Amino acid sequence: MIEVDHLSKRYGPVTAVDDVSFRVESGQILGFLGPNGAGKTTTMRILTGYMPATSGRATVAGYDVFEQPLEAKKRTGYLPETPPLYPDMTVREYLTFVAKIKGLRANIKDRVDAVMKRTWVADMADRHCAKLSKGYKQRVGLAQAIIHNPDVLVLDEPTAGLDPKQIIETRQLIRELAGTHTIVLSTHILPEVSQTCQRVVIINKGRVVAEDSPENLTHRMHGAATVIVQTDGPPAEAEAALRNVQGVTGVRTDPQAAALPTFEVDSERGADVRRELAAAIVTRGWGLTELRPLRLSLEDIFLTVTTEETGEAAAAVEEEVANA
Amino acid sequence: MRNVLAIAGKELRGYFASPIGYVLVGFYALLFGWFFYTLVAFFDRQSMQMMGGPGGSLNVNQMLISPLLMNATVIMLLVFPLITMRTYAEEKRSGTIELLLTSPITDFEIIMGKFLGALALFAAMLAVTLVHMGVLFMFGTPEWKPIATGYLGLLLMGGSFLSLGLFISSLTRNQIVAGMITFSVFLLLWVINWVSTFVGPTAQTILGYLSITEHFDDFAKGIIDTKHVVYYLSFIAMGLFLTMKSVDSERWRG
Repeated sequence: MIEVDHLSKRYGPVTAVDDVSFRVESGQILGFLGPNGAGKTTTMRILTGYMPATSGRATVAGYDVFEQPLEAKKRTGYLPETPPLYPDMTVREYLTFVAKIKGLRANIKDRVDAVMKRTWVADMADRHCAKLSKGYKQRVGLAQAIIHNPDVLVLDEPTAGLDPKQIIETRQLIRELAGTHTIVLSTHILPEVSQTCQRVVIINKGRVVAEDSPENLTHRMHGAATVIVQTDGPPAEAEAALRNVQGVTGVRTDPQAAALPTFEVDSERGADVRRELAAAIVTRGWGLTELRPLRLSLEDIFLTVTTEETGEAAAAVEEEVANA
Repeated sequence: MRNVLAIAGKELRGYFASPIGYVLVGFYALLFGWFFYTLVAFFDRQSMQMMGGPGGSLNVNQMLISPLLMNATVIMLLVFPLITMRTYAEEKRSGTIELLLTSPITDFEIIMGKFLGALALFAAMLAVTLVHMGVLFMFGTPEWKPIATGYLGLLLMGGSFLSLGLFISSLTRNQIVAGMITFSVFLLLWVINWVSTFVGPTAQTILGYLSITEHFDDFAKGIIDTKHVVYYLSFIAMGLFLTMKSVDSERWRG
């Protein structure tokens, strides 16, 4: 449904998007994960026909966004980072206007009513957009994106700035929209991806650094392959003790270690040996002063792209998961 | 065409959903009314003096309406930068330009819609002044044809200013910058032929052609000269064309 092929975008000497390729199958949700300034918005703007790419091509529903922009745009709904609302219009006026310029001709009134209901903004129908809360603005933005029932939805950080309840509602809505719509959404929140998306593209400094399903990525992240262990026990004996732990494939002494002996312990992929390592040290009467997984390079990327959700939001999300 | 009308309607509603439209129309009417009053008072005194003398009554069209319409163009010079300075600058600032540029409509439709919306606002401003003309018809017998050509001239000249203002607005996301540049360019086009007396005959002719006011004189006198119509129409076309190029280049620069 969406094909992005070796897309690059340069602003003068700055390369915002560098040889990005990915594809999204019909009905899927693709999560576009990356830190601010990674090129997420630029890629989305190219995909929606807002700006042309420097090289490469992108097709939406079979139409090249540069060669056949009108056909591609008819089939694309776009929610930019800031919802593009006209402050002086009421929600109803605004959505009616959008419906017109998106090419709807008949039954505009019914369609506007249906979409307002779907995005829970019907109670604000006659309020001016300027007077809406952030959450409502975002939802009206979502409403304008789906008003012409496009095949493809491009959502730039759809949950940014919402409160936890609204985040859950918005994610729910996005999941509902998938299936009939193909969705690309960008975010810098990791849990959001694992909860809503079937595929993830991680982008950093304009390049795709990983592309997989959230499960596989999470697995690659959390399967702690290397663990740092620091103990005040005798170095040689400690190393031997660590080596004997089931699942450990190698132990190295950290050359940069300070006063206390520090080891890098490799283990089999997928096996979490931290508990056993701790036991090996502690049962011998030594002190365990440090035990932490060594971050992989991919995880490094993940860290830069991941912002922690606030405690409140995380709690709400957990609750949602528990209820599901 | 439907898209053009949708955009034009949105623009026009935008003016009147905020105080902008009412303030512009209201104060235009106030200024026009003041010019009207002074000219009528002046005309009144002149007529009194002429009474009893040879030559009969004065010509309302020549003595009153023609200078009144000339004065109306001065208001345009001051008010139009205020209309156009927000057209693109505001859309860029608020991000709504992303909605327009990602909708299945062409740049030309967007620009044309914005132009017609602004022109419709100007037409609303002019419509109010028809009241003043109505007063003249109640108490005098002016010719209606020179009035009609005068209004046509105002619309054409207004269209020229609006298309140029639209272009300047498309260059920046700052309304004040757009407003100031627009006003300066308007004023330059206004006074460009003031130097014509000391620049020699060739330059004088060229500057005369460029001057946006000189082309209006005939309309105020009741003459529709295709030369002037072509001038204004090509001015409008150029303004819209430049706006299109500006919007397009903005796309590439991002």
